[in-house]
Amino acid sequence: MPKLGLDPRVVRRARELAARAGQPVVDLARSHTTVSVERAVLRLAGVRGADSDGIPWVNRLVDAVRADVGLEHGVAAPAFHAMLTQGVDDVTVLAQKAAAGAVRFAVPSSRAEVTAARRAARRATGAGLKAVDRRRAERDRLIRRLGDPAQRPWIYLIVATGDIYEDIPQAQAAARAGADVIAVIRSTGQSLLDYVPEGATREGFAGTYATQENFRLMRAALDDVSREVGRYVRLTNYASGLCMPEMAVMAGLERLDMMLNDSMYGILFRDINPVRTFVDQRFSRQVHARAGIIINTGEDNYLTTADAVEAAHTVTVSQLLNEFFAHEAGLADWQLGLGHAFEINPELPESFRMELAHALLARELFPDAPLKWMPPTKHMTGDVFRGNLLDGFFNLAGALTGQGILLVGMMTEAVVTPWLSDRDIALQNVRYVLNGAGKLHEDFVPAPGGFIRQRAHGVLGEAVELLARIVDDGLLNAIADGTFGIMKRPADRGKGLDGVAKQAGDYFNPVTEVLEKP
Amino acid sequence: MSIVRPYGDTTGDGMVQLSFTLPVPHDKRAEGAALQLAGKMGMDPAMLVHARQMGDGFTFFVVYGRVSHLVDTAQVQVVERDFPLLGAKEINAVIRRRLRRPLSVVGACIGTDAHTVGIDAILNLKGIAGEKGLESYAELAVTNMGAQVSVPDLVETARARRADAVLVSQVVTQRDAHLQNTRAMSAAFREAMPAGRRPLLIVGGPRFDELMAGELGVDRIFGRGTTPREVASYLVHAILEDRPSNRPAATPERTEGN
Repeated sequence: MPKLGLDPRVVRRARELAARAGQPVVDLARSHTTVSVERAVLRLAGVRGADSDGIPWVNRLVDAVRADVGLEHGVAAPAFHAMLTQGVDDVTVLAQKAAAGAVRFAVPSSRAEVTAARRAARRATGAGLKAVDRRRAERDRLIRRLGDPAQRPWIYLIVATGDIYEDIPQAQAAARAGADVIAVIRSTGQSLLDYVPEGATREGFAGTYATQENFRLMRAALDDVSREVGRYVRLTNYASGLCMPEMAVMAGLERLDMMLNDSMYGILFRDINPVRTFVDQRFSRQVHARAGIIINTGEDNYLTTADAVEAAHTVTVSQLLNEFFAHEAGLADWQLGLGHAFEINPELPESFRMELAHALLARELFPDAPLKWMPPTKHMTGDVFRGNLLDGFFNLAGALTGQGILLVGMMTEAVVTPWLSDRDIALQNVRYVLNGAGKLHEDFVPAPGGFIRQRAHGVLGEAVELLARIVDDGLLNAIADGTFGIMKRPADRGKGLDGVAKQAGDYFNPVTEVLEKP
Repeated sequence: MSIVRPYGDTTGDGMVQLSFTLPVPHDKRAEGAALQLAGKMGMDPAMLVHARQMGDGFTFFVVYGRVSHLVDTAQVQVVERDFPLLGAKEINAVIRRRLRRPLSVVGACIGTDAHTVGIDAILNLKGIAGEKGLESYAELAVTNMGAQVSVPDLVETARARRADAVLVSQVVTQRDAHLQNTRAMSAAFREAMPAGRRPLLIVGGPRFDELMAGELGVDRIFGRGTTPREVASYLVHAILEDRPSNRPAATPERTEGN
């Protein structure tokens, strides 16, 4: 039931503008490829493992193909052409030979060669996509058997010890204590690695490396605890940074359930090149769509750098853009964990009413999306007692506005990585609010013409104005000018630009070919 | 009066509160163990006011109690602000008059630390706590390099911008990364530039001990709660008052970054 009385014409106009702002970026993404997209293709084709220095064989193979024929044809055709002509029947062996300099790559030239190479590539990546499909079916089966959480919002908890073997018991304990979703925070700085580390890892900074083996270990541990607690406990990681497409593939292969996957986060907060990000993002979202993974977008981050009142409309704009890019890549509404956050300065008068207005605006604009509600961080001061109160109000706002995924706030935010007792106290806070007021959204209808409605209308109006400016200016220019989160990020700068190539006329990618099939 | 003790609700009662977790299930023995710890920490008498089991083998305790320790405030060592706190107008005026060119500041988060919140609070126009950041000062030429900047890049940029001061923010402290990064940074500047030409090196972050400046090889450490105006006031004081001979007025040149 709509509660804000939003004008459907304004909402429609906002979506139209978001589509117009986003379309040029989609065109850009369709006409370019990146080293990480190509590596993701090779991972689906079955390349596994790393050399003795820990550099994955996919990196070695893409680098070798690129050195011989460039990136612009896609690596699949040259790689499988080399396998056919040089009698290599395992694609990982091909990577090893290529790294040793024992294979030369060429773009297949005759029609017969092209057909043969493409057929072989399609067969290999098709097997990878089938594996992803099997994992998705497996998830559906487990959910049918074990069930979803009894309540909304789902309770989302973070573990981050740096050691996967410490993370596992902590994650299992969190699930037993009531967590519905476990997120394993990545090691600081992994987003800027242009390769994915291999194997189980026991050392990380402020988080645990995302590796395929760590994914597998954690998913298996959560499957065990899911059976024990009688509900399917979801697992979250990050498809962000320079290896976004590969992370998406690994998540699909290891049945992760949610991935952080924002369209602009890497650009704004990691200074990754905008073109690289948009190309990688589109491919990763196509994979997520196929794998049945829920994406979580990162609008909360804007509010930690900009002012949560003044910048409220930039969150709405980013949500609309994220929605457009997600739909374009094939994601359904139930897969859009659009983000927003409780970050208004608690000293401001009416801060809580504004939070409610913003949260409800997101709820009404995206009625079928499982919105991700993020706790206060910026105004958590180290006063843990006040922090616990603030988290209580955050939980209440989440319950009042029907949020889908609630990231549990810690009173020790900005003090330490959460202790066992911090997590327990935080979960008590959530349980108290959801127990006592979980269905309060049924009774909560802001008064017509009242503060909350007016604030929501005002923010939507500002969002439409900003979208119109972005359409005029171009999204890449808007990003370059610092429209989002204050940071200025020109399209010709940033990390990872050297891994971008414009597609040639004969560009071939056996994975996008399938994922884009209507 | 420089001798004090903790205050609960009566002067001199010495009351403190403490919470902690022991890796034991909750039972009588666990409560006794919690009281034993409180006693060894000097709480006497100690009152166990709350105990709650978490998972299988852990119990969380809250203990209130009295300590007999005395604290002598005269014996406390802190870094007192040893420079005058100026307003933005004064700061700009002093730079114009004394330096006769904009004062160049380069800021960054170094190492793998991706938390720009600290450096942005000090540098960004937006500022923090109602105070505008250094970018808002007309006579400061600010270059904010953002997060995950390598030390060589920082040195290079400091050289290119003819930095008078380099500001480094470090939030992540796991495995003392903030201390190691700071040492690496100060060593790199010492190696790359002669003492007289080296920019003022300043680090900030919530977990630094402000007394460690010498040990880390930097000129100043700013802890939690520092505002842009304090940093700007310090810059003016340290660069123009403390070591004027090091800072000849260069040819007037406006750098980018404002």
